[in-house]
Amino acid sequence: MKIKIQREELVEYDVASQEGSTLLEVLNFIKTKVDPTLTYSSGCRSSVCGSCAMRANEKEVLACTYKPQDGDVIEPLKNVPLIRDLVVDMDKALEFNAKSKAWLNSCDTTPDVSEEAEKLNEVQSDCILCGSCYSACPVYAVNSEFKGPFSLTRVYKYVSDVRDADVKEKIDTVQSTGIWDCTLCNECTMVCPQDISSKADIEKLRMKSSQYGYMDPNFGNFGGGLSF
Amino acid sequence: MKNKVLVVGAGGAGLVAAINAHDNGSDVTILTKDYPTRSQTSMAQGGINAVLKHSENDSVEEHIANTLKSAAGIANEDEVTKMCSEAPNALEWLDNIGVQFSRTSDGKIAHRRLGGATGDRACYAQDYTGLKILHTLYDQVLKRGIEIKNDMFLLDILTTENKVSGVSVLNKRNGEIEIYEAPAVILATGGYARIYDKHSTNAVGTSGDGLAAAIRAGARVSDMEFVQFHPTALKNSSILISESARGAGGYLLNSKGERFVDELLPRDKVALAIHEEIAKGEDIFLDIRHLGEEFIDHELPQERKLAKLYENVDPVNDLIPIKPVAHYTMGGIEVSKDSQTIVSGLFACGECANHRVHGANRLGGNSLLELVVFGKEAGISASKFAQNTDDIKAASLDSNILDEISEYTNEIDFYELRESMGNMFYKNVGISRDKEALQESLNTVKEYLSKLPLMGVQDKSKIYNTNLIEFLEFKNMLELSRLVLKGALDREESRGAHFRSDYPVIDEAYSKHTIVDINGVVAS
Ligand SMILES: Cc1cc2nc3c(=O)[nH]c(=O)nc-3n(C[C@H](O)[C@H](O)[C@H](O)COP(=O)(O)OP(=O)(O)OC[C@H]3O[C@@H](n4cnc5c(N)ncnc54)[C@H](O)[C@@H]3O)c2cc1C
Ligand code: SF4
Ligand code: SF4
Ligand code: FES
Repeated sequence: MKIKIQREELVEYDVASQEGSTLLEVLNFIKTKVDPTLTYSSGCRSSVCGSCAMRANEKEVLACTYKPQDGDVIEPLKNVPLIRDLVVDMDKALEFNAKSKAWLNSCDTTPDVSEEAEKLNEVQSDCILCGSCYSACPVYAVNSEFKGPFSLTRVYKYVSDVRDADVKEKIDTVQSTGIWDCTLCNECTMVCPQDISSKADIEKLRMKSSQYGYMDPNFGNFGGGLSF
Repeated sequence: MKNKVLVVGAGGAGLVAAINAHDNGSDVTILTKDYPTRSQTSMAQGGINAVLKHSENDSVEEHIANTLKSAAGIANEDEVTKMCSEAPNALEWLDNIGVQFSRTSDGKIAHRRLGGATGDRACYAQDYTGLKILHTLYDQVLKRGIEIKNDMFLLDILTTENKVSGVSVLNKRNGEIEIYEAPAVILATGGYARIYDKHSTNAVGTSGDGLAAAIRAGARVSDMEFVQFHPTALKNSSILISESARGAGGYLLNSKGERFVDELLPRDKVALAIHEEIAKGEDIFLDIRHLGEEFIDHELPQERKLAKLYENVDPVNDLIPIKPVAHYTMGGIEVSKDSQTIVSGLFACGECANHRVHGANRLGGNSLLELVVFGKEAGISASKFAQNTDDIKAASLDSNILDEISEYTNEIDFYELRESMGNMFYKNVGISRDKEALQESLNTVKEYLSKLPLMGVQDKSKIYNTNLIEFLEFKNMLELSRLVLKGALDREESRGAHFRSDYPVIDEAYSKHTIVDINGVVAS
């Protein structure tokens, strides 16, 4: 089996001995036996730490779960600054969690969380912050300040939590460069290893926003027709 | 500067410490070799122990008693009492900040039973307890605006006259050494079970860097010989198959299809039984086929996914090949009652520290609890310490390890030695040990240490040089391996996770801690 890895240039490796292995095992083989300069990140090896997200044939995968095939082309994530080979700088992407206030504002007294209330946002709390959705999102090509799929999913997680004392603050925060900038293209959903749909979460946040009196600004513009 | 606290490591322990130091008025910076959410804490599945108000047929006293029993006589009763009594508060705090715990039908945090517990005591968040705790802590760190420096590899702790003055780190992104000054430093860098290389459930970076740096700075470590083996990891990948598979009625079988041990005994006993079968030439399997597809998909979906992916077997129809592997390191940096080491201003918490609560064998679910309880203690203590320190010394670097390494000749491939050391540790310093095997391993480790200058790194780039990082980790692992072996050789008895086939029983003369400084065993 031959795979190509995007480094400074595209480099082909023959890894016939690694048939049936995960991509991460193949990378480890190359690193320790063939070329110690190959650079990538990994941690848990079991799809829960989010370190090893990259792209295989232009689709985001976790290297520790993806089984490579002959002819695969492996590249780093998109929309984030490249550091080296398959390692990217996630600092700015992660900052959107803070910019979106994706955390719980504590209550004075904690309500009991019912089983149903817990299930409401259980899947959103499965996010491993791998950044796959961020890499797949087309909005960044035109808007680098978009708060983005994983941050907005996280906001939804807290907004729908019965323990949060100040939902409005978060809804206010995601109005600009947030929920309305999403094109609802669903690319994020297609690549999430944890079966999270940020698109669906963004739609739910839009609904919540209307409860707080916000309107779709795009809709307003088209309707009014005077602002341009 | 007077109220500055540096936290090194951003797993559960580091984040809890950072939050508490911040909330007690300190200016906190977190330094970590990855990103916080990539820490090993994300991997914990089983749960976190706490007796809560609604717990039935359970009590804090039982929690204490179970912990002490499992510890086989060398835990500190006061510290265990502190941890177990604080557990309900710790859980309440986690619940208040938004951890998505699984719930009972009446809205209470759900409990399940883990090995060695007399009650259903482990609070859990589906199969993702560690992940959800870690991410919630991370969100709280962001909420407070605490500074996080990602991709910073701890090199050394800087001291003057046995007082902390800061740390030196390698900035992975540009290859430069940076110095951070502070009167108080908290180490929360995790354990060292990767000395067993691929025979470990641990995340790849679990190389004990913090322990090695602490030792070099004059601190002491203790109980290094106690390494817990988990009975059921996948045979090829060493990925953990949760205890819940056996809890649900899974069998352990040998190649002849025979059961050979009561699957519900504590971890050390089951691991030893498997080890003995393997020594006879048997392959060992976990069998959950009889539980049925519906049950497996509902109750053990993660296990099915992992077995298919990493072992190419479907547990609904096939046996799962398993082996016991290194899982948790009880040994750690020696700390006093305020989580401080003997180096003034240096604190430690989490798996890298030894708060003497696990003794010779840790109880499942107590590690996540430990890092919340003692992470808080370390954060508060360090914060107080920083605020009360007046004579702040400037930190400086007296030698540069990277310059040294650049002189190394690179004749020997350290990746090969890392692998052979892991294999040797699994064989000789694993579940069963004896004098001869330990001595042989110690000789090998010493030989490797002396050959470090013949190793080195092939990658000369300054940018994100993981070849260099892995070499620094290997060096740390070698330094710690020597201390593990020293402890294991000196302890001529069998206790908890330390089983000496040449001294198969417990010996009261050894009811003490093995405390080591850089020169060897110094006290108990
Ligand atoms: C598969 C698995 C399942 C587990 N299940 C459970 C369970 O169900 N219940 C339970 O109680 N326990 C469980 N444990 C144990 C528990 O998860 C760990 O003991 C605990 O998470 C350790 O937390 P920590 O914060 O001390 O370290 P870690 O989470 O390992 O974090 C260490 C941090 O230090 C950083 N670091 C390390 N070296 C350096 C350096 N040189 N420079 C800078 N930063 C550095 C790392 O990047 C990381 O951020 C499990 C462990 C494993 C492996
Ligand atoms: S939402 Fe999914 S794809 Fe996006 S960061 Fe989280 S786990 Fe990764
Ligand atoms: S649905 Fe929205 S967030 Fe998701 S990829 Fe498309 S534009 Fe981005
Ligand atoms: S290594 Fe952790 S997700 Fe792949």
